[in-house]
Amino acid sequence: MTPRPLDASSEHLLRDLAPQVLGAVIRRFRDFAAAEDAVQEALVAAAVQWPREGVPGNPRAWLIQVASRRMTDHLRSEMARRRRETAAAMEMDQTAPPAGVEDETDQDDTLILLFMCCHVSLTAASAIALTLRAVGGLTTAEIASAYLVPEATMAQRISRAKQSIKASGVPFRSPTREERAERLSAVLHVLYLIFNEGYTASGGPRLQRCELSREAIRLTRAVHNLLPEDGEIAGLLALMLLTDARRAARTSPEGELIPLTKQDRSLWDRKEISEGIALLSATLPKGSIGAYQLQAAIAAVHDEAPRAEDTDWPQILALYGLLKRMSDNPMVMLNHAIAAAMVHGPSAGLDLLNALDADGRLAGHHRLDAVRAHLLEMAGDCQAAIRHYGIAAGRTTSLPERNYLITQAARLREKHDQLSSSR
Amino acid sequence: MKYILMMNCPKTGYDTFGAWPKKDIQAHIAFQLGFDKDLRESGVLLSAEGLASPHEAKCVRAGKDGASITDGVFPEAKEYLAGYWIVDVETPEQAYAIAARASAAPGPGGVPMNMPIEVRQVMSGPPEDLL
Repeated sequence: MTPRPLDASSEHLLRDLAPQVLGAVIRRFRDFAAAEDAVQEALVAAAVQWPREGVPGNPRAWLIQVASRRMTDHLRSEMARRRRETAAAMEMDQTAPPAGVEDETDQDDTLILLFMCCHVSLTAASAIALTLRAVGGLTTAEIASAYLVPEATMAQRISRAKQSIKASGVPFRSPTREERAERLSAVLHVLYLIFNEGYTASGGPRLQRCELSREAIRLTRAVHNLLPEDGEIAGLLALMLLTDARRAARTSPEGELIPLTKQDRSLWDRKEISEGIALLSATLPKGSIGAYQLQAAIAAVHDEAPRAEDTDWPQILALYGLLKRMSDNPMVMLNHAIAAAMVHGPSAGLDLLNALDADGRLAGHHRLDAVRAHLLEMAGDCQAAIRHYGIAAGRTTSLPERNYLITQAARLREKHDQLSSSR
Repeated sequence: MKYILMMNCPKTGYDTFGAWPKKDIQAHIAFQLGFDKDLRESGVLLSAEGLASPHEAKCVRAGKDGASITDGVFPEAKEYLAGYWIVDVETPEQAYAIAARASAAPGPGGVPMNMPIEVRQVMSGPPEDLL
């Protein structure tokens, strides 16, 4: 009998339940690493059994039961191993769940799990892998294929991440009030990285890579539903939606990058745009504006322009001004320079780039040369623009971006040659 | 960020290696196996291969009709790719540190060979949004 795949709604249900089930199993057995493995096995069992036998009446309880059984098996064999090793027969059966620790059924542990998986003691790559598995309910194979690494490598990343969590002794509870802001910003950063990996995907099976963005949006939406009053979570969700809306227009069918000004805006996803804008409109008036909200606001201004030439650049310039005051990030300064050029002309932008040269943090970064090339072209300095497009092309590590930049240089060269020959 | 670490050796390298004392050969092989296992377990290894001796290597190019014209190895080449690792790390420094470990593989008498390892970034960076 060939296993039927899980239908989309059951798959969705499974993935939504994954963190809740994991939370319940951790509460019972107090072992994050083993519980996480057990829940994975329960999810796999569900994916095999449910299409055949139908979704159980209480899917959450079914998953907790299967995972708990696996945990018990695991503990029994662990104890047997230890008994063999020590030969000191401790006949006490410790495999039953501790009395009085019934799973608190109504509790949603998604947040606590996210705080754990995105703990600052983990590298970004480990935090991402663990988040996708423990909270997202994806299998190691799915995560590996989305990140274009062998499954064994991804499995190692996950098990190392669990070891780091164990070693750091992070308790399975919400962070204290003092820790909270820092821990939440680590969670948002990891979600943002997952989104970006999917959005900027340039290699590999495109569909699977886009899944990462969808997954990041799903998880961020879950966090937003749990903490609807937090402006930065809403801001990040809005930023993802407003950016993801442009996905279809961002690359040509052949995979060439299409800059924002040249995109076919009829391909933008209106539904995502209106959801993002609605979120922002509900959030911004509440005050305490953070960097994600500002970036979302900038994305919204772009998305609201029917044509590139309708873009409200003065507003974007003002928003970048705010962002610049909030975070000392040279990439923000770079985008601020572009906005300044669009409002006050290319020389205003080029002056700001000179300040960035002096700053030094972007020295040798292709993005600085790419923007300079663009502004020099705007200013009519063809030769210098060609030179900087070339330098940027030599420095980028993205193949589609390299192709875009060398094409820009070639286009300008031909234009320049035509002009000089017609003179 | 992904890097390829390329181990080059002279054309005679394969023969020289085969002429080492047995215990040195074994120590070298044990090092390579342990090194690969270590990289795999630390979650950074994407792939690693060793290449067969360059004596049998062919240089192929298409003729005017598109059919292959096969030459021997480039006669002017002094160094050949002997093997490579592709790793996925967070900083270039991590890639350099891994390359240094590869470079210090034990040679005759267990003395580190300190052979040159060429480290190049793989074009796999994310494209940023362009205006």
